Amino acid sequence: MSGFFDIPSDLQHSWLGLVGLHLREALLPVLAGLVVALPLAQLCVRFRWLYPPVLWVTTVLYAIPSLAFFVVLIDYTGQTELTVMIPLTVYTLVVLVPAIVDGVRSVPQETLAAATAMGFGPVRRYVQVQLPIAVPAIVAGLRVATVSSISLVSVGTLIGNQGALGNLLNDATIYNRPELAWNAVITMAVLAILADAALVLVRVLLTPWMPSGTRRRKTGARPEPAAPALEDAAR
Amino acid sequence: MILNFVNAFFSDHAHWTGYDGIPTRVGEHVGYTLLALALAAAIGLPVGLLTGHYGRGGNALSLIATAGRALPTFGLLVLMTLLLGFGLVNVMIPLVVLAVPPILVTTYEAMRSVDPSPVDAARGMGMSEAGILFRVELPVALPLILSGLRSAAIQIVSTATIAAYVSLGGLGRYIVDGLYQRNYEKVIGGASCVAVLALATLALFWAVARVAVSPGVRRSA
Repeated sequence: MSGFFDIPSDLQHSWLGLVGLHLREALLPVLAGLVVALPLAQLCVRFRWLYPPVLWVTTVLYAIPSLAFFVVLIDYTGQTELTVMIPLTVYTLVVLVPAIVDGVRSVPQETLAAATAMGFGPVRRYVQVQLPIAVPAIVAGLRVATVSSISLVSVGTLIGNQGALGNLLNDATIYNRPELAWNAVITMAVLAILADAALVLVRVLLTPWMPSGTRRRKTGARPEPAAPALEDAAR
Repeated sequence: MILNFVNAFFSDHAHWTGYDGIPTRVGEHVGYTLLALALAAAIGLPVGLLTGHYGRGGNALSLIATAGRALPTFGLLVLMTLLLGFGLVNVMIPLVVLAVPPILVTTYEAMRSVDPSPVDAARGMGMSEAGILFRVELPVALPLILSGLRSAAIQIVSTATIAAYVSLGGLGRYIVDGLYQRNYEKVIGGASCVAVLALATLALFWAVARVAVSPGVRRSA
């Protein structure tokens, strides 16, 4: 497979440059999604009636095909990275909001009462008690969001080479060089797996109190936090 | 402005009939979705049910699921088209790869989350393993299993638009053609059809859950 790393010059990036671009286009939306999802989820926990409609809206937004979303945004943000990152941010909400709501709700009442009894105000209780306990669920949501975000960036190639590694797919087609498509698919898969592993590491570091046995049971095997939560919405 | 486009798209009579009409495209889209969902369920459900029943292989399963998620759908589509030429198979492969992880993981989790005491009671009464699986565990796990199928279905509905990129039909036709023709009315019309289809999927699964889930399970859930 010669020329595996011979990136066509029209992309104006080396392979590593494309990797960096890809990570930026994929990870910034996840970060932005987390910033939006945290207060949104807190509102949903505080006002229970808000949760089902929020889930419905995020699900419908999630169902809008990425390409259509990009095309609509071109009018406002042009053929730029931003046009790719805005839809990706919106897509992460469908996973992150239920994950955070589930995580925060799973904090036992006694724990909350104990924190209150120790004189914690609502803000301090949220930051120092609820969020740390919700970390495994939040990270589980972040893992799904990050991996799918890395995969979705590649569609950006269709709106004028804004897809980072996905641009290789376009070039593979127009220059008839399948090895470039292999390169894109394999690199994206490896990036996704590495990002996933990094998030697992973050969780282990953030939750030192969790024994390794139950950790696997509670979070490693629970990468679909959106599923039970979406269940609420449909009822 | 978007609403104007939607209105213009759906009030144009030319969009309602013929080869490129909305009914044809919706039919094709539903066809791809059902085929991909059926294939993914045929892979994910049995594996998830068995591993969940025996409680083994959870780690291997989540590895497979992560690997499946990590494979970029659009990238796979282009790669498969380069390797296999144009056709239905190379659209189905990425869609199935997309849909298997949620089905697999949720089914496994649903089976694991079944209360062990009725399972033990059933075993004590002399039920066979198959009987326990299908008559005790499956009914209790059904709501969660359905929710896994539902998120898979929604992902497929939204992603099946890529079929149009490699010359097949479906609602993606409007989006891809609209992009190249700079016809935003078409793009937005196609996208709103997909969104409506996704809502219909939600409603369908809600109805299925109503009918299929036993009342006792629904009450306790």
